[in-house]
Amino acid sequence: MGYDLDMKVWRGDASGGELVDFTVEVEEGEVVLDALHRIQATQAGDLAVRWNCKAGKCGSCSTEINGKPRLACMTRLSTFEEGETVTVTPLRAFPVVRDLVTDVSYNYKVAEKVPPFAPEPRPADGAYRMQQVDVERGQEFRKCIECFLCQTVCHVIRDHEENKPSFAGPRFFLRYAELEMHPLDTNDRRELAREQAGIGLCNITKCCTEVCPEGIKITDNAIIPMKERVADRSYDPVTWLGRKIFRRDQLPDAQVPRTPGD
Amino acid sequence: MTEIERHSFDVLVVGAGGAGLRAAIAAHDAGARVGIVCKSLLGKAHTVMAEGGIAAAMGNVWQEDNWKVHFRDTMRGGKMLNHWRMAQLHAQEAPDRVRELEEWGALFDRTPDGLISQRDFGGHRYARLAHVGDRTGLELIRTLQQRAVALGIDVFMECTVTELVKDGDTATSTDKRVSAGGRIAGAFGYWRESGRFVLFEAPSVVLATGGIGKSYKVTSNSWEYTGDGHALALQSGASLVNMEFVQFHPTGMVWPPSVKGILVTESVRGDGGVLRNSEGRRFMFDYIPEFFKAETADSEDEADRWYEDKTNNRRPPELLPRDEVARAINAEVKAGRGSPHGGVFLDIASRRTPEYIRRRLPSMYHQFKELADVDITAEPMEVGPTCHYVMGGVAVDPDTGESAVPGLYAAGEVAGGMHGANRLGGNSLSDLLVFGRRTGLNAAYAAARLATRPSIDDDVVRAASERALAPFGIEGGENPYGVQQDLQEVMHNLVGIIRREDEMRQALDDLTKFKERIGRLSVEGHRQYNPGWHLAIDLHNMLLVSECIARAALERTESRGGHTRDDFPATDDAWGRLNLHCRLDGDDVAVTREPLPEMPDELRELFG
Ligand code: SF4
Ligand code: SF4
Ligand code: FES
Repeated sequence: MGYDLDMKVWRGDASGGELVDFTVEVEEGEVVLDALHRIQATQAGDLAVRWNCKAGKCGSCSTEINGKPRLACMTRLSTFEEGETVTVTPLRAFPVVRDLVTDVSYNYKVAEKVPPFAPEPRPADGAYRMQQVDVERGQEFRKCIECFLCQTVCHVIRDHEENKPSFAGPRFFLRYAELEMHPLDTNDRRELAREQAGIGLCNITKCCTEVCPEGIKITDNAIIPMKERVADRSYDPVTWLGRKIFRRDQLPDAQVPRTPGD
Repeated sequence: MTEIERHSFDVLVVGAGGAGLRAAIAAHDAGARVGIVCKSLLGKAHTVMAEGGIAAAMGNVWQEDNWKVHFRDTMRGGKMLNHWRMAQLHAQEAPDRVRELEEWGALFDRTPDGLISQRDFGGHRYARLAHVGDRTGLELIRTLQQRAVALGIDVFMECTVTELVKDGDTATSTDKRVSAGGRIAGAFGYWRESGRFVLFEAPSVVLATGGIGKSYKVTSNSWEYTGDGHALALQSGASLVNMEFVQFHPTGMVWPPSVKGILVTESVRGDGGVLRNSEGRRFMFDYIPEFFKAETADSEDEADRWYEDKTNNRRPPELLPRDEVARAINAEVKAGRGSPHGGVFLDIASRRTPEYIRRRLPSMYHQFKELADVDITAEPMEVGPTCHYVMGGVAVDPDTGESAVPGLYAAGEVAGGMHGANRLGGNSLSDLLVFGRRTGLNAAYAAARLATRPSIDDDVVRAASERALAPFGIEGGENPYGVQQDLQEVMHNLVGIIRREDEMRQALDDLTKFKERIGRLSVEGHRQYNPGWHLAIDLHNMLLVSECIARAALERTESRGGHTRDDFPATDDAWGRLNLHCRLDGDDVAVTREPLPEMPDELRELFG
């Protein structure tokens, strides 16, 4: 059963733009991305919008829908009131390229600054051993689809362009936390998280967690524990050392390959 | 032409999915200067959609497993049409490729002993798929992406290659895209963001562009899957092998319409899910082919016992190779025993606890909940076949990945031969790791061995720009979106899961008409991030690969794997000794029959 949907879609480029009205025929069960695609196919062939998987798995189709950062492919039209106009605008924290496409290169630059994973050497039989419980924490963080919705919603950069050079943003606090909690990683990333990534600027508003389409508890499970570790590091290194050793000691000895001097 | 942006590399990798990233890492490790070009942002490639796992005979769960068993499963799954050497290298090297990912930060699910856990999948004798819940592809791509970034490899994101250039190429007429020169010299493309052109000079080019799914109406593939690498290779003079074999994944979503085709992972069945028709019958027991009878359970009891005791029971028929299951579903729906929205039921709710389902299949739970209002822990899913993978691709040397064109390599889905007539689930992620690495290394070695670099003529670049811009010069022509839709319709209806001579002839007639239509495409707007223009360019590739599929499918007068002929339903031993190769001859696709590479006796014995 098709019906007509009224939409306002931001069109323009770096030099400016405006909301343009469209009326588009949609079907039961469709999502915002379907409506945008139909506009492309029938009314505005050059409407720029990113997408890939159309299943909430790649994080390409991030836009702001009625002012809320969302994945266009996972926002069902049935979530709107009948007759409600659906307004789609580009992510606010990033510069517009064209229409709904923004320049998200900031995120890729931050990613380059994260020191890579540095594992312990392999044990003699070639197989690393980790317990399921120990990988699950990192696995939660690695569900991240890099949609950057948490980045765009975080007030530290949403309205403060000037903070960008010194703030990595929630997606990358997640990355720091993931590596810090990785059972095999040998780097100490706490100092970096504080100095380079600016984790201190986060005041735990939890907006990032609220928008995360993967339901990752960014603040509770990554940022807060990282902040604690950073604080430990700054004020009391002994506590941290104790914790790190304690964590490893939870594994049976045979499963903890140690480097000389470790 | 002096103002065009130019970059120079030893190895240029086209595509940043698993194969492309792995190739780039290998080439970098071999000392080459490497550039990666990809149509989307980094980390968005279709590899993220792979759910189930990476097949590798590590023996972590079943010690009996080894490369020979994996090799045998792969060849049998491919109906013996695979290139034996590729299947051998793949089975031998996959375990190391998985362990290496762990060294780069991947966090796989674990066994109770702390080793990498392995799950059951269709066509694999033992539980063999290293996995991370049901989002293994995401883990793989993120791991490789982070590794490539750590190594400082140059990535050109949202940049599309439209043509390859060879040494000695000259600008010919604007409608002839067949290249005549010698060694690969580089690639020409445009930035999506600005629409500006860019030239990459490189004596080795690795194609890692994935598949062709966008030529079909119902597909699990994203917009990027337009057969670019297949077309680029053909136009450079390489051949494509096995193009008649297209895999329809048996379980795609069928409702609501907007999600039709989105993948439902095979892990649902690997973890205990079963297929039922509208009468509630587990119909797969009615479709066990002779070839697999000996190893497939013939009663529900035995099938159910297998999950716990694999030594004394045979596999459930739901875990037959994908082609068998897709055909069975198709037949049930045709016979009127389908589900309300034209699929069948996939039921795990009545067989496993909600906790188990949510833990093992979190993305599936999420996907059905959000997109279809279906709680898979409480009710069955509706599923049906969706175009998922093309077995056919660039014919390459198994050891190096090099095509018939010197300097042109292919790895991953765009390469052909490895999977024969049908690919087993889980063998794709391992394929792209094994052959991504091999092609990357060899592309780097070859570039290092060259005494002189190939050169690119300015006129060739000018001609390529003119071809790319053509749609802007046509007023009131065809809408590319409309043409794409019509093309998908033709391929879906006439060269789909079940094929017939008259329908394929009809398809070929239609495709001829499309050739005229894509010469008259017009696009609105300007060059900056213009999806209509991008599609207009991609359509040329889609049309070319569609023609290859249709011609090869018409030629092969038998049914085998991902190629089912209504008019030739039997598998024919004579055809079992032949591969079909497609080449470009002028504007047309020519198909030739070539004998299968001869398998050495010590491997042949495994099938005794
Ligand atoms: S919790 Fe911190 S990182 Fe998250 S949105 Fe708020 S300030 Fe930003
Ligand atoms: S953490 Fe969540 S919101 Fe942020 S980029 Fe990842 S998936 Fe998106
Ligand atoms: S298109 Fe992939 S998340 Fe929306």
